Amino acid sequence: MESDVLKKVPVREQEPQVRAKNFEEVCLGYNMEEAQAEASRCLKCKNARCVSGCPVAINIPGFIKEIQDGNVEEAYRIISESSALPAVCGRVCPQESQCEGKCVRGVKGEPISIGKLERFAADWARENSISPKKPATTNGKKVAVIGSGPSGVTCAGDLAKLGYEVTIFEALHEPGGVLVYGIPEFRLPKEKVVKPEIENLMKLGVKIETNVVIGKSTTIDELMEEEGFEAVFVGSGAGLPKFMGIPGENANGVFSANEYLTRSNLMKAFQDGYDTPIVAGTKVAVVGGGNVAMDAARTALRLGAEVHIVYRRSEEELPARVEEVHHAKEEGIIFDLLTNPVEILVDENGWVKGMRCIRMELGEPDASGRRRPVEIPGSEFELELDTVIMSLGTSPNPLISSTTKGLEINKHRCIIAEATNGQTSKEGVFAGGDAVTGAATVILAMEAGKAGAKGIHEYLSNK
Amino acid sequence: MYKILKAEKLADKIYLMDVEAKRIAKSCQPGQFIIAKMDDRGERIPLTICDYNREKGIITIVFQIVGASTEKMATLKEGDSFRDFTGPLGQASEFTGEDLEELKKKKMLFVAGGVGTAPVYPQVKWLHEHGIEADVIVGAKTKDLLILTEEMKEVAGNLYVTTDDGSYERKGMVTEVIKDLVQTQGKKYDVCVAIGPMIMMKFVSLLTKELQLPTIVSLNPIMVDGTGMCGACRVTVGSEVKFACVDGPEFDGHLVNFDEAMKRQQMYKTAEGKAVLKLREGDTHHGGCGQCE
Repeated sequence: MESDVLKKVPVREQEPQVRAKNFEEVCLGYNMEEAQAEASRCLKCKNARCVSGCPVAINIPGFIKEIQDGNVEEAYRIISESSALPAVCGRVCPQESQCEGKCVRGVKGEPISIGKLERFAADWARENSISPKKPATTNGKKVAVIGSGPSGVTCAGDLAKLGYEVTIFEALHEPGGVLVYGIPEFRLPKEKVVKPEIENLMKLGVKIETNVVIGKSTTIDELMEEEGFEAVFVGSGAGLPKFMGIPGENANGVFSANEYLTRSNLMKAFQDGYDTPIVAGTKVAVVGGGNVAMDAARTALRLGAEVHIVYRRSEEELPARVEEVHHAKEEGIIFDLLTNPVEILVDENGWVKGMRCIRMELGEPDASGRRRPVEIPGSEFELELDTVIMSLGTSPNPLISSTTKGLEINKHRCIIAEATNGQTSKEGVFAGGDAVTGAATVILAMEAGKAGAKGIHEYLSNK
Repeated sequence: MYKILKAEKLADKIYLMDVEAKRIAKSCQPGQFIIAKMDDRGERIPLTICDYNREKGIITIVFQIVGASTEKMATLKEGDSFRDFTGPLGQASEFTGEDLEELKKKKMLFVAGGVGTAPVYPQVKWLHEHGIEADVIVGAKTKDLLILTEEMKEVAGNLYVTTDDGSYERKGMVTEVIKDLVQTQGKKYDVCVAIGPMIMMKFVSLLTKELQLPTIVSLNPIMVDGTGMCGACRVTVGSEVKFACVDGPEFDGHLVNFDEAMKRQQMYKTAEGKAVLKLREGDTHHGGCGQCE
């Protein structure tokens, strides 16, 4: 395959007009030939900067070399040493600001498509039934992991490899956390990608008990005192949705992005044959500019709606990944930037009929370093709508912190934990991921899960 | 899987089931609820806990057919299983955390409407087991729709049963019984707990506000996860927006915005109606009925 060494081997995608009407995966991934061509662009740097950009420090030049040589199984094995969820990370990591952001190739041309290569190796391994092996013996020490999202799964996987008897407690009826309830099918296929990753974890000997709400069904104290768990990792995420507090927000047709996405992703409301309903909407506004907002907008679009993203700053400040914004635009999402809702307009039956908004301009930088949006007086206008989806971020659920003696939280209700080992204020209890940092990314949660596993291993080895 | 040990039809469209759920039975308290999911494709349905047996690890649920999912659920038999059964969810009734001696000084009135009798029962039973006899009003449209009357008799202080059509004991709405007890008979109550259809709780709350009788209601809004994640169950209480699943389900009836809550309950009515038709008529349903497009 001929290729311009300065440019990435393009990855095949579904055409925007086609994919805007289905829930199939947008990106189709590399085939062997494309992957090897892309891998051959890699300079295999000795002191590879990409590795320092990866939160879980995957040996990136190492696995890329193996792909180039056609040893995909070995490439997968190298990635698996550091990551429990390669097929997921290859799809949803913000590579542009991590590994690919540091790639030396990127100085002059385009960086190596590290994410797409990782995905290729992981997909190949799954298609060829390669999976991690269970350790021969366990050390008999029981560890509980709360939550089966990215941090919990990573922590559980690392501990199982070290010989611990790990049980994950999941509140919902399916394991996977945000990977199943939050990220849509068209970005992260559930049956094809998430489920096999969870099954790989179970092959390592990890047990998963679903439908257990820690803080309600049982408590951390009970797990430790009555059920014999010697350490606990809390990876319960940041699940509580925020609302704006503007008039009309409780009208019918106003949803949190969490609700909208959960109905579609976890409950499969978009598919025939599932019982959970969803209000598809014909004209939808999604308020917010993060990845979750893009996911909600693109879901509503696929359900047949005209969709507007309403965001109070400008395009430059959109917190969503560039790739997601690009995909959303291609599919026909309308961006109403520098616009902020002030009131949701409600009809006589209690349903949304529109939204009053105000135009904004950017002023001086605020605490986040981004220029603060300021209202332009007299610029109010109305958008006609039947559905509004609020995607303003989420905060940690207090169910666990409020029911665990001696577990300290900060003013944002995040659990206080050491970044290096996940240690909390309570002995034997470790935490990481969104429950500690507030809403962030899959890979940062995985990094925290790794740190927690290390912390627990040190703690139980010295106990 | 969560095995159904008993399935019984209590009245038209009202069913009782005993379900094996050890963790829930160990930790649940009156006032809390569970979420059940029948199978892979089912909805997550919040349901009242009607009774529990901690030793045997059994939860008793009572539900009424209100849509396609509950209609399907009613076909489950003894020996079948729920795929998922989660809980206990929500806050326990406030009195379960009160000082028992203080609580014994209080006179409590429970008002149960229709299938709302089921969540009232474990509360009255809990009080009875702690040596407190509460008065209970049970109301239903007609005699055939009364449930758990015998069980309630065992644990209540005075039990007043009323039917809208007068087919059993008293005739009239529960609000008329409250008026009779408080205004005519001069009974004094410190707190009222009203659980039933939203419209009943609204009118009980309006009346007890006039009577200056503090009132707690238990809301059953639309939910998805039941752990505070989706916000579908948000309800305005006073000047605050609360999530019924984690902050409730019990709230001060004098502060709840019932009109908004009732509107929100209708949100999926059309979608639900469509699902019922699809279930009943299967592949033979091709529209044209005027109920769906």
